[in-house]
Amino acid sequence: MSEAREFKYIGQSTIRPDGYDKVTGRAAYGADLTLPGMIWGRILRSPHAHANILSIDTTKAEAHPDVLAVATYADFVELQSKSVAASEGAADVLDLARNCLADDKALYHGHAIAAIAARTERAAKDALSLIEVKYELLPPVMDVEDAMKDDAPVLHADMFTAGYEERPSKASNIAVRTEMKMGDIDAGFAEADVIIEREFRTPTAHQGYIEPHACTVRYDEDGQSMIWCSTQGHFDVRTSTAKVLGMDLGKLKVIASEIGGGFGGKTVVYLEPVALVLSKKSGRPVKMVMERDEVFIATGPTSAAKLRAKIGAKKDGTITACQGWMAYEAGAFKGSPMMPGVMTMFTPYECANVTVEGFDVVVNKSKSAAYRAPGAPQAEYAAEMVVNELAEALGMDPIDLRLKNAAKAGTQTIYGPKLKTVGLVECLEAAKNSPHYQSAIAEGNGRGIAAGFWFNIGGQSSVTVNMNPDGTGTIVEGSPDIGGSRASMQMMAAEVLGIAPSNLNPIIADTETLPYSASTGGSRTTFATGMAVIEASESVVAQVKQRAAAVWNVTAEQVDYADGVASNTAGDDKLTLAEVCKSAEQTGGQISGMANINARGAGPSFAVHICDVFVDQDTGKVDVIRYTAIQDAGKAIHPAYVEGQLQGGAVQGIGWALNEEYIFDENGVMENQGFLDYRIPLASDLPMIETIVVEVPNAFHPYGVRGVGETGIIPPLATVGWAVGKAIDRKVEELPCSPPRVLALIQNG
Amino acid sequence: MAKTHVSTSINGEATEFLCEPGDTLLDVLRNDLQMTGTKEGCGSGDCGACSVTFNGALVCSCLVLGVEAQGAEIGTIEGIGDNDKLHVIQEKFLEHAALQCGICTPGLIVSTKALLEKNPDPTETEARYYLAGNLCRCTGYDKIIRAVMDSAEVMRGGA
Repeated sequence: MSEAREFKYIGQSTIRPDGYDKVTGRAAYGADLTLPGMIWGRILRSPHAHANILSIDTTKAEAHPDVLAVATYADFVELQSKSVAASEGAADVLDLARNCLADDKALYHGHAIAAIAARTERAAKDALSLIEVKYELLPPVMDVEDAMKDDAPVLHADMFTAGYEERPSKASNIAVRTEMKMGDIDAGFAEADVIIEREFRTPTAHQGYIEPHACTVRYDEDGQSMIWCSTQGHFDVRTSTAKVLGMDLGKLKVIASEIGGGFGGKTVVYLEPVALVLSKKSGRPVKMVMERDEVFIATGPTSAAKLRAKIGAKKDGTITACQGWMAYEAGAFKGSPMMPGVMTMFTPYECANVTVEGFDVVVNKSKSAAYRAPGAPQAEYAAEMVVNELAEALGMDPIDLRLKNAAKAGTQTIYGPKLKTVGLVECLEAAKNSPHYQSAIAEGNGRGIAAGFWFNIGGQSSVTVNMNPDGTGTIVEGSPDIGGSRASMQMMAAEVLGIAPSNLNPIIADTETLPYSASTGGSRTTFATGMAVIEASESVVAQVKQRAAAVWNVTAEQVDYADGVASNTAGDDKLTLAEVCKSAEQTGGQISGMANINARGAGPSFAVHICDVFVDQDTGKVDVIRYTAIQDAGKAIHPAYVEGQLQGGAVQGIGWALNEEYIFDENGVMENQGFLDYRIPLASDLPMIETIVVEVPNAFHPYGVRGVGETGIIPPLATVGWAVGKAIDRKVEELPCSPPRVLALIQNG
Repeated sequence: MAKTHVSTSINGEATEFLCEPGDTLLDVLRNDLQMTGTKEGCGSGDCGACSVTFNGALVCSCLVLGVEAQGAEIGTIEGIGDNDKLHVIQEKFLEHAALQCGICTPGLIVSTKALLEKNPDPTETEARYYLAGNLCRCTGYDKIIRAVMDSAEVMRGGA
């Protein structure tokens, strides 16, 4: 792409097309649909963190006059037996099914045991107490260290660690062990004049979306079943649900409601397969809505982690060796984001000798789910903390140290490819020149800085642009809009078609209307779905040229198209897009453009954050005084929503660094299962979040876009952690920096 | 259990409904009256997504019983702005990109209106503390606070 390109619409902060509905309360979210004859489903959850389920007696519940259906894991087995047992990835489908409804073991406090559908929500909830479950209690395993011990109680008797050359002889809680390396780590440390090594811990934290999981479903024995739900990817809800229930994809239609936050946590199914079973058994549409405590205890937190980071450098600041070790809690079933943690840990730095080892470990907590740049915040927290300490030991400015070693085009990554053009140096320079970094640190405050790296992904996106006879159009896309992406789609189509964005209406189509589109995640939507929007719009332009050429009796190559007008280069004729659409009936029928792509070439996004904090020495409470987030967007299609991603990511990271953590009692029961005690940041906790959007174009996107959604949550952990450490003159090795922990650090030294 | 008949006023319209003693005002609004603009995020008064006004006072409708609405004046998001014209606060939320997913937005708009009726010229700190009961997980609050401050200025008749 040309860097000098001038845009007509891209880069403006337009009003989002779905805005009116969202400020008036008309927008329909997961819990907002009611169907005729609809009944309500509720889930009975395990009060124990680890137990064998000896029996589930549902007879009393079934006899209740308001109860119309009861479901247990046995219902899945009956449905699945034909298809799933023999299919590829059967084990993963079984994990998914066993997370939706427990099989013979309750694996965490909150694990779904059975479900009831009743005439009212209250009746369903009340009837849960009629289900009799006999448990045999087992000792809970609540953190990675305990779980990895040789004599630890084993959650899954059939789990043998993958990743060793020889299969271990006995089952353990370690699902996967992995190691990535390049160069010679020992030689690298031998070259170093200064070596820093520390151990870190990060807590179990939740995505904290404000909208609880919700769905309304209708099972249809003969025709097509329907799911309406809040999800980041309705095509993936269809795939997962169909697998769990042994259904054909074509027999299941999934409609994505508006989504009230997800951050990765709404990429898995919890309720949908259960609700369909209840609907099948009752013959009625069923609605299920989680309560907030259920969201905390039974849906995806991100992994707590234990990490070690070791880094060595020469006196001039050249980093010679980086070594990492990490153990991530997967929750009750394998699949923590340990692997991206291993891959991202030291990627911001060019270093020839790197080794990182990782473990994916099951514990008696709810199954972890993706959370914004999954796995990277924990790993890069550890790495950035030792980079800051290295700068201090070398007497170097932490930005200068990073600039000296910054990853750039051609830098070899530990996971395989060399980086293409990236913007870390530009972000570091912007940070160094920022008003915040140039300002003096107030007496008693601490300042932190850290960088962050995330890959971003592309993937499959399907888009159709349907033109109307009056020249307006509909952009039919399959990516749920979680933060304003409709506005970006509208602008990209407008740019290609040369008409005002307001003439184009973006809609999120259901799974019947479009071919498969991957979930909104991996910072992929503006990049990949945007690319499909551009291609589909270009197809419209090509067709418009053909239609105009036919009218003028010239070839399509002789037709120019700009600013919504086709011009005959062999004459003076002009036709607007609206005129071509109006006469489409006479020139061969209506016009639509289609692009079903698998987008490649997602550009990594780097970020650098700066934070000043004040710490109350008597209480240990930390106040964020000033915060600046700098990030490479490639090209900001809608600058205000790009800033919003930077700010939102920063504040989620601040919450993770300062307050958010799951607190369990000695039996593995979560004690702070509400927003009062699991404290996400409030408006009163924060200053304005200053942003600097850096634009180093991604050569693989027509407009230069890089995803921006995730990277912003990575730097805050070390930025805030380091700032707190400076303010109290201590080393912060454990997050969150909540008042009791900070006070203990102050008092105990 | 016998239901209770309740006569109330919602957004200035006389409204009647039947509810069980344990139903919250939020349950009634969403499930019985199909007014789903008011959102449920926690059911425990911690998130503010269900903010409404009750006889002029800002409350979480999940903490009010349906039967308490008898004879009261209830104000919800559906009553803010006219059919063909958004309220200034709604316009400013859009202009400042003060929403991402939008689930907290109705509650925040109800709360902001209550704030500005009480205090037309809040400082940034006053706005932040008044809105501390409305959780937003997407935005980091920056653009929300800017929208609130800009709304206040316009509503005061400033530039």
